Amino acid sequence: MEILNNLALGFSVALSPTTLMLAVIGCFLGTIIGALPGLGPSNGVAILIPLTFSLGLDATSALVLMTAVYYGAMYGGRISSILLNIPGDEPALMTTLDGYPMAKKGRAGEALVLSGVASFVGAFLATIGLLLLAPLLARVAFLFGPAEYFALYLLAFCTLGGMASNNQAKAAIAACIGLGIAMIGVDNNSGLPRLTFGNLHLMDGVDFLVAIVGLFAIAEVFFFIESHGKNTSLGMKLEKVKIPWSDIVATRWTMLRASAVGFVAGILPGAGASLGSFLAYMSEKSLAGEKAGFGTGVARGVAAPEAGNNAAAGGALVPMLTLGVPGSGTTAVLLALLMTLNITPGPTLFSDRPEVVWGLIASLLIANVVLLLMNVPLVKIFVRVLQVPPWVLLPGVTMISFVGIYSLSGSYFDLLLMVAFGVLGYFLRKLDVPTVPVILGILLGGNMEDALRRAMVLADGNWTYLFSSPIAIGLWIAAVAGFVAPMFLRNVLRKPQRITD
Amino acid sequence: MKKTYLSGLAVGAFLTIGFAVTAPVATAAECIAPANPGGGWDFTCRQIGKIMHDIGAVDKPVQVTNMAGGGGGLAFNHVVNERNTDADLIVAASSATATRLAQNAYAGRTAAEVRFVGAIGADPGVIVVAKDSPYKDLKSLIDAIKADPGSVSFAGGSAVGGFDHLKPLMILQRAGFTDITKVKYIGVDGGADAITQTIGGFTQVMTGDMSEIVGFLKSGDIRALAVLTEERVPGFDDIPTAKEQGFDVVAVNWRGLYVPKGVSDETFNAWADRLNKVAVSKEWQEAMKANGLAPFTKVGGDFQSYVDGVVAEVRQLSKDIGVIK
Repeated sequence: MEILNNLALGFSVALSPTTLMLAVIGCFLGTIIGALPGLGPSNGVAILIPLTFSLGLDATSALVLMTAVYYGAMYGGRISSILLNIPGDEPALMTTLDGYPMAKKGRAGEALVLSGVASFVGAFLATIGLLLLAPLLARVAFLFGPAEYFALYLLAFCTLGGMASNNQAKAAIAACIGLGIAMIGVDNNSGLPRLTFGNLHLMDGVDFLVAIVGLFAIAEVFFFIESHGKNTSLGMKLEKVKIPWSDIVATRWTMLRASAVGFVAGILPGAGASLGSFLAYMSEKSLAGEKAGFGTGVARGVAAPEAGNNAAAGGALVPMLTLGVPGSGTTAVLLALLMTLNITPGPTLFSDRPEVVWGLIASLLIANVVLLLMNVPLVKIFVRVLQVPPWVLLPGVTMISFVGIYSLSGSYFDLLLMVAFGVLGYFLRKLDVPTVPVILGILLGGNMEDALRRAMVLADGNWTYLFSSPIAIGLWIAAVAGFVAPMFLRNVLRKPQRITD
Repeated sequence: MKKTYLSGLAVGAFLTIGFAVTAPVATAAECIAPANPGGGWDFTCRQIGKIMHDIGAVDKPVQVTNMAGGGGGLAFNHVVNERNTDADLIVAASSATATRLAQNAYAGRTAAEVRFVGAIGADPGVIVVAKDSPYKDLKSLIDAIKADPGSVSFAGGSAVGGFDHLKPLMILQRAGFTDITKVKYIGVDGGADAITQTIGGFTQVMTGDMSEIVGFLKSGDIRALAVLTEERVPGFDDIPTAKEQGFDVVAVNWRGLYVPKGVSDETFNAWADRLNKVAVSKEWQEAMKANGLAPFTKVGGDFQSYVDGVVAEVRQLSKDIGVIK
C-alpha cells in the first residue's frame, strides 16, 4: 500500500502537461542521440544538461527530461545496430549479431518493432524492480569485492569463445587484442602510465566509443571504397513493415529471462548496461543450444540483448540513487545532474527526498510508455533511412561519427585514433576475425585487471583470496563451465555449418 | 524520385539535429571540467557556472565542456598550448590539480603557466571506517597499523599516489611510521565506491572527502574517525579533527578555477570578481551545505602564491614518502 501511495506522489509530481511534453521531447532527442554512431547516452545526456539550465527548469522537470533522454538513447542504440550493422552506442553492440542478419533477410522493420517491444519489457520490468526493491538491492553492492568482480568479468570472457565466429581461436585472438588495448593508460595501482609513449591523450586509455565507431562505421567506409559500393552492407532491399506478433509472443520468456539477467548486471556498480546485454545474449544462446541458430538473425537473438540492456539501464539506477555509486557511464552523468540540483544521492535519499525519487520513478514509467508508442509507429521513418542511396548515407554516417567523437573530448587525437581503429577493423574483417570480442576486451578488460590487482594488494599476493567467498566460487564454477561446456557439447550436438558474414 | 528526396530530407534532419546538439552556444563563457561528468571538477564547473548565470554575473549560461584525460593534464596542456589568450575560458581546479603539478604528472607543465583565480570552498579530508569497525578513534587505527601494517587496508577514490592516498600517509608520517610502502591502498572509482568496499568489509578504512560521505553518515553505515581541518566543520561538529587527536595534519580539497596565462589583468580581475560574487551568494552557501563543503575563500592575487606553496609542500611530501623521486 505504501508503494502505491509513493507512486501516487510520484505521478502527482511527474504528470503535468509540461513534464509530459518534456518527456516526449526527451524521448525523441534520446532516440536520435542513441541512433547516431559516436553519440552514446552518456555524452548525449551530458551535452543536454546545459539545456535544462538555460530553459530554467526546476529539479523534477530537469530529471524527467534527462531520464527520458537516457531511456530514449537506450532504445535508439538498436536502430543503427539493426539497419547499418554499426552499434549506436556500446550497449547496442550485441544487437548487431542477430539484428543485422535479420534486417538483411528483409525483415528490418520487424526486427525494429520486436527489439522495441523487448526494450519496453526490459525497461518496464527494471523500473518495477527499482521501485519494489531498490533499498534492499543496494546491499548487493556490499557483497561484491575485488575477488567477486574479477570472477564476474572472467565469466563474461569465458563465454566469449562461442560467439560470433565459427572459429574459437579467432574470437580469442580478438579478445586478446581488446585486452591489450585496455592496458593503455595510467595504471591505477601504481599511478604509472603504460603504453602511452608519453602522449597525454593516451593517459586515460582508449575510449570505447572511439573504438566502436572506428571498428564498425569507419571500417564500413573502407569496404565501401574498396568495392566501389557493390559489396557494402548498406542499402539493402526492404519488404513491407508489419508487426511480428508471432515473434513477440514466441520470445516472451526470452524477454523475461533477459530482463532479469540484465537487471542484476546493472545493479552491480561498474558492470553496467554493456555487460547486461552481453550476459543476457550469451545466457539465452547457451539455453537455446546450437540448433536455435543464434547469429543468423533469429528473433530470440534480437529480443534478448535489447531486453537485457534496457533492464540493465534501469538496474544501474539502483546503486546510483541508493549509494551514489553510478552503475554505468550514463548514470554518472545523471549523478552529476542531481548534484548540480543540490540533490545528493545516497542511503538517505529515499527518506529525505521522496518526491525526487518517486518523481523519477514515475517519469521513467512515463518515458517508457512514450517510447513504445513512439518507436512502433515511427519505425517506418527509421527504416526509410535504408532507402537512401549508400553514397549519400555513408558520408552522412562518417560525418556524424567525426562530429560525435570530437564532442567526446574536443581533441583531434581521438579522430586519428578512430581512423586507426577503422583500419584495424578493415583488416580484421578481411581475416574473418570477429570485432565484437575486441570491443568487449576494451570495455571490460580494464575493470577486470583493476579487480585482480586490487584483490592482490588486499591479499598480499595470496591468490587463494580469489576463491574466498561463496559468490566468487559460484562465479568461477559458472565461468569454467561456460568455457569448457561448448567444447564437449560441440561434438554431441553436431551443429550444421552456420552462415557467417 | 520523390522517395529519395524524402529520405534525403530525413538524413538531413538527422544531421542538423546532430549538429544542433553538439554546437556550443556562441560567445558564452566556457568552463572546462578536466574530467568525465560526475566528479568534483564537473561539480565545480556546473555549480559555479550555474550560479554565475543565476545571480547575473554572466549574461549567458556557462557552457561546460568535459575534457577528461591525464588526470586533468590534457585540459591543462590544451589551455596552455591552444587557448592561452581566451578571455571566455575558465577551468575547474582543486587540490588534485596542485598535487599532480607537484608530482610532475602534467608532462613538465608548471603552475606558473596558467593563472589561478581562486578557491571558494573546500572539501575537508576525512578518515572513515564501517560502523562495526573495532577502531574507535584515529589513535587506535594508527597503533594497529604500526603493530601490523598488513592488517589494515585503505580504499580511496584517487589512484595510487593521489591526494586520497597521501592523506593517511601524511598522518602516519606525523605518527613516526616511515615504512610507507607497507601501507595497503587500493584506488577505486570514486569515493562512494571506496565507502561501499569499506562497508562490505573488503577494506578497513576509507580515505576521501567530506562530500563523499555525507549520505552515509546520515544513514549510520559509517563512522568518521577524523576530519583533516584546523577546526571542526560546522554541521559536522561531532567529528573530531586529526589535530585534536594529536596528529597535526590538515588536508582539504579546495574547489576553484584557473584561467589562461595570456589574458589581460582586467579579464583576470573580472573573473575574480564574478567568483567572489558566487562565494557570497545564497545559492553557493546552500550548495556548500548540501555537499559538505567548508567555507574556504581565497580569490585574486594571493591565491597564486597559495597554490605555489601547496605545490612545493606536496612535492616535498611526495619525495619524503617515496611517491616521486
